[in-house]
Amino acid sequence: MNAPLLRAQNLVKEFHTGGRWSGSAGVVHALSDVSFDIEPGETLAVVGESGCGKSTLARCVTALNLQTSGTLLIDGQNAQDLLRREPLRFRRMIQIVFQDPYASLNPRRTIQQSIGDALRLHRMCKSKEQRDAVTALLERVGLSSDYLGRYPHELSGGQRQRVAIARALAVQPRLMVCDEPVSALDVSIQAQIINLLKEIQKALGVAYLFISHNLALVRHISDRIAVMYLGQIVEIGPADAMRRNLLHPYSRALFAATPEIGRDKTAATPMLRGDVPSPINPPSGCRFHTRCPIARPRCAQEAPLLRELDGRQVRCHFAEEMLPAA
Amino acid sequence: MKSFLHFWRRFRRNRAALVALFVLLAITLIAIVGPYVYTVDPFEMMGRASTPPSKRFWLGTDVSGRDVLAGLIHGARVSLLIGVAASLCATLVGLIVGAVAGYYGRAVDNILMRCTDFFLTIPSFVFAVVLIAIFRPSVTNVTIAIGIVSWPPVARLVRAEFIAQREREYVLAARALGMSDIEIMIRQILPNALPPVIVVSSLLVATAILTESGLSFLGLSDPNVISWGYMIGVGRTVLRLAWWMPAIPGIAILVTVLCINLVGEGLNDALNPRVQRR
Amino acid sequence: MSALLQVEGLSVQFATDRGPVRAVEDLSFSVAAGETVAMVGESGSGKSTAALSLLRLIEPAGGQVSAGRILFDDVDLLGLSSRQLRGVRGSRIGMIFQDPMMALNPIFTIGWQISESLREHLGLSRRAARDRTIELLQRVGIPAPEQRIDQYPHNLSGGMRQRVMIAMALACRPSLLIADEPTTALDVTVQAQVLALINTLKDEFGMAVLLITHDLGVVWETAQRVVVMYAGRKVEEGSVSDVFERPEHPYTRGLLKTARLTDDRAGPLVEIPGTVPNAFEMPHGCRFAPRCAQAFARCEDGVPPDIKVAVGHDVACLLAERAP
Ligand SMILES: Nc1ncnc2c1ncn2[C@@H]1O[C@H](COP(=O)(O)OP(=O)(O)O)[C@@H](O)[C@H]1O
Ligand SMILES: Nc1ncnc2c1ncn2[C@@H]1O[C@H](COP(=O)(O)OP(=O)(O)O)[C@@H](O)[C@H]1O
Ligand code: SF4
Ligand SMILES: [Mg+2]
Ligand SMILES: [Mg+2]
Repeated sequence: MNAPLLRAQNLVKEFHTGGRWSGSAGVVHALSDVSFDIEPGETLAVVGESGCGKSTLARCVTALNLQTSGTLLIDGQNAQDLLRREPLRFRRMIQIVFQDPYASLNPRRTIQQSIGDALRLHRMCKSKEQRDAVTALLERVGLSSDYLGRYPHELSGGQRQRVAIARALAVQPRLMVCDEPVSALDVSIQAQIINLLKEIQKALGVAYLFISHNLALVRHISDRIAVMYLGQIVEIGPADAMRRNLLHPYSRALFAATPEIGRDKTAATPMLRGDVPSPINPPSGCRFHTRCPIARPRCAQEAPLLRELDGRQVRCHFAEEMLPAA
Repeated sequence: MKSFLHFWRRFRRNRAALVALFVLLAITLIAIVGPYVYTVDPFEMMGRASTPPSKRFWLGTDVSGRDVLAGLIHGARVSLLIGVAASLCATLVGLIVGAVAGYYGRAVDNILMRCTDFFLTIPSFVFAVVLIAIFRPSVTNVTIAIGIVSWPPVARLVRAEFIAQREREYVLAARALGMSDIEIMIRQILPNALPPVIVVSSLLVATAILTESGLSFLGLSDPNVISWGYMIGVGRTVLRLAWWMPAIPGIAILVTVLCINLVGEGLNDALNPRVQRR
Repeated sequence: MSALLQVEGLSVQFATDRGPVRAVEDLSFSVAAGETVAMVGESGSGKSTAALSLLRLIEPAGGQVSAGRILFDDVDLLGLSSRQLRGVRGSRIGMIFQDPMMALNPIFTIGWQISESLREHLGLSRRAARDRTIELLQRVGIPAPEQRIDQYPHNLSGGMRQRVMIAMALACRPSLLIADEPTTALDVTVQAQVLALINTLKDEFGMAVLLITHDLGVVWETAQRVVVMYAGRKVEEGSVSDVFERPEHPYTRGLLKTARLTDDRAGPLVEIPGTVPNAFEMPHGCRFAPRCAQAFARCEDGVPPDIKVAVGHDVACLLAERAP
């Protein structure tokens, strides 16, 4: 069998925070034992609330951060080795699109310069042809060549996000990590960007690691979905299975909490208590037990493992109870 | 070009800075072409000592009968030259130290910032005096000495800017593209970090002129060239008899420094996006 | 019966370098006692400007109300002196914002901030105000209020801060609560808690709520009536069930289609092409015309009037004229 495009094995990322004197020194457990595969041309969505480690995951996968432990395999090769031996080859394979289109383009560089940087670094074209290549990329993302000489502040949020996508596409990556690419945009623009991403995928066969906090949205657009809570994957599986039903109490709560048009307003939605605990001292046992509506004493003591159930993997002792009655 | 026009529109709004800029330009012009137009040698005895301003000597003569106007014009050259060169020197060192410290962080930052703090804790004028005392007082050495004592604030500022920028997503995107650290620092971050640095180094010119004056007042500057500070030093002994002698170069320094500060403030308003239009 | 809040022909503009920005134009709507009205629209559509204008809080931000009336209990708020207005703010109309840190003073404890407002508006003693504050914090679901009361805003999570803001806004039992995107900065699970809290408190106090949001899902789940804004103008107003089931304005229709995600992955998402017009180059006629698939010549001639398509359901679109 072929190796997957990307395989993450037991990724752990910890941050050390606080000074010795501030009294708040601690270890942030941003990612704990995260594993998944991404096949060529597919979309793996990662969802979860803010602070659950999504951006950290994006940065580890793109080697902007070094994981504390665990390995990343790209096409079966160790990512760190590849990065040491042929850094540009690694960079060409994986690109990233960020959430904030206002911060992800250099305010003092024109659109042509920003995209041109990518082409030049990877020698994607002769320097004489750069202008044409940038124009072609802009057209690919639905912008005209009028934008070549403009600065980011002259563009709307949606247009900037298109430029950021064009810059990532410039090196013809095989995997694009999209870290909440539409969260900062208006609803009417979100659909435009998502459609653009899907269309690019269809045409170029690029795979996405699509990060979002909107479970309803990713159920619509991805092949597989991973739900994260406090640095762990709590449920991961094919989107089909996850559309059928959600088996982790957190995935359910997350989905239920997303306001949805047309849902019966009188139906009591199970609501989570309190806030997400701090990742500095994550709860013992199951990290979700402090907010879980079905938690039992066992949950506070014994940490559940990811296990196979109904066509996906779930990290809950009592996930069977969530299966529809046979 | 477009952004320069934009900048100019914003700068123009500060009247005081605009006037100060024209005064500065005039002073610079005098410093550059003055000596060719007014060809009197400032070191040559031209008449009786300590004559008050008159038809012949517009600004009078000093204790050795030298023409004060000639001194003022030639001195402008030296004072401005040392001021600008020392500021450039300090800015360059500050940029390099601050950029490296801010971008790399951690141990590199620690070491560089300890050095910077060390330089900061020594009173800079005393330090400059010591440096000049060790090396021969020449224009170059004075410039370098002033540069050496003035870079630390620049370094701290640049470091802060680089720290603020290095986690910005456009920098991460450049790293994800595989851009080298040097290129990221120079091509990506520096243009964004520059505006406040420009303001500070313009103000450094004023400080450097003052420091140089102080040094020459103490007789620690190049004895072969005339500068405003030197003229004050010469005039100081006869302050009560011929007040104009130290006062004239003093006023020149005051006006120049004031104008530089006003222009610096104008630059700050124009370059700093936080002071947005209402 | 007259409404609790009746806004008539409100126009607000900002003077900027590049000329005036007419952020809100000719806006009319009303909020009845005890009802939740949602104002929905994309960013820049003038929602915050409208909300701030209601309490004349737009002036410090550089805005100017250029026309209109704001009747609250039949009194025009625009005609009040600033002293009279202060009496209304905080006691009869409460307000909460998207970013609680902007409204909370970082150097005072939350308890001090709430009890200060109680003492000013209700003339309570220090002791009584403190007790009332603890009660309020308890009521908005802050655990261990006796301890929290002496904490500073930065000690609290985003959700907690928003609860404190709610406690503060409700301290004097206002009859209207204006909530400007109160949950936009929060995670969905916390958003659900905060919205539910606003809802229960509304019923308990019999207060009306003007909820500003860009999320149609939130509108559906919390409001009775909705005002849809586009580029500074109201394009549609009606009961939530009418507007969501029979949207008449092409913009509302588009928004609803983009927001209604079906689970089928077959086609692309429905999108509204184009972007919101630049504030300095507003179209003369219908502001949505450049993006509207159904626009025809007359759309560009003049601003479409409000057309009543059903009881309490108004649409600012010429297409609605054709309907019976
Ligand atoms: N550089 C860092 N230093 C310390 N803590 C960090 C750093 N980056 C992220 N974290 C912490 O790691 C956790 C996960 O953050 P992040 O990955 O940004 O979450 P998400 O993207 O899901 O909102 C958070 O608690 C955050 O505060
Ligand atoms: N202080 C201000 N100065 C100038 N223009 C402003 C100011 N505040 C808002 N605007 C403009 O008014 C319009 C409406 O803004 P706003 O009311 O904040 O919209 P919303 O809350 O719907 O996102 C926008 O075009 C915005 O640019
Ligand atoms: S293991 Fe227990 S606490 Fe964790 S999700 Fe399952 S039931 Fe809830
Ligand atoms: Mg994130
Ligand atoms: Mg707003």
